[in-house]
Amino acid sequence: MHAAVCDFILDCLQNSIEAGASEIGLLIDENPELISVRIRDNGIGMTDEELKRAVDPFYTDGLKHSGRKVGLGLPFMIQAVQLAEGDWSLDSEKGRGTELCFSFKSEHVDTPPMGDISGMLLQAFMFDGNFELEFERRLRKGKANDSYILKRSEIVGVLGDLNDADSLIMARQFLKSQEEDVSSNEDV
Amino acid sequence: MAKMTLEDLRTLRESKKGELDKRDTEGKDIHIIIGMGTCGIAAGAKDSLDAFLDEIEKHKIDNVTVKQTGCMGLCYVEPTVEVKVPGMPDTIYGNVDAKTARDIVSEHIVNGKLVDKHIFDRPAKDIVKE
Repeated sequence: MHAAVCDFILDCLQNSIEAGASEIGLLIDENPELISVRIRDNGIGMTDEELKRAVDPFYTDGLKHSGRKVGLGLPFMIQAVQLAEGDWSLDSEKGRGTELCFSFKSEHVDTPPMGDISGMLLQAFMFDGNFELEFERRLRKGKANDSYILKRSEIVGVLGDLNDADSLIMARQFLKSQEEDVSSNEDV
Repeated sequence: MAKMTLEDLRTLRESKKGELDKRDTEGKDIHIIIGMGTCGIAAGAKDSLDAFLDEIEKHKIDNVTVKQTGCMGLCYVEPTVEVKVPGMPDTIYGNVDAKTARDIVSEHIVNGKLVDKHIFDRPAKDIVKE
């Protein structure tokens, strides 16, 4: 099972990339009450029937691995959210795109730790393909009340190919500095 | 660490680019491919990726390509990593935690020795198209 909120996010982001999205938006909003995540894409989308099956752990579209009958990304997230009495929604329109939202109560005992946001983002950015990923981070906690926005295209524009290890090391440093800056006033 | 702007990142890249150009990159084309499906994520492949980057930086190895792929059908030995180094057999490693990732860089890539007890020769049957 996934250990951190970021693990669920990375898994679900891959769905957007595999759905052929050219534009993906990710929002992580953390405040004293809630950890909220929203993933929006303009990928192939799903019909109502497909939406129902997408949350079934024993269903996959069979395109990636023919003969397999599991698809655990969304079901894992839903299970964790339900355990922690959080909330989730999945809306989609065939041919237009999909929007996935989920949230955890910040203080609930079963809410997973946030995990490494900058590390998760690096992994999301380094997936193959020519897609835009816009990341918005909001944090309001303790004395911290800040936000930042990053775009994959801007970082690729500066560093070039993000599969090159040297570029990845620099991108990692860059992303880490954003997250450290935003959380520098957070009371621990 | 102070918050970096895109301009800082560009300056950093320019300074590294000079360093990189000085290095001898001929004949080196190293590929590290990390399984990052649901199974890989659950098994902690992120820590392996971080360890690979740390160790590559430490050994100042250039011309390394790091990629992510989906499930290789070896979910029981995730995190799995495929390593391709010129002059070495393409190798799929399993159970690659952070320590093993560091061993792969310092042994397999730097010293040209396979890392025992973590070798899986190829993806599972239903993944390989023949």
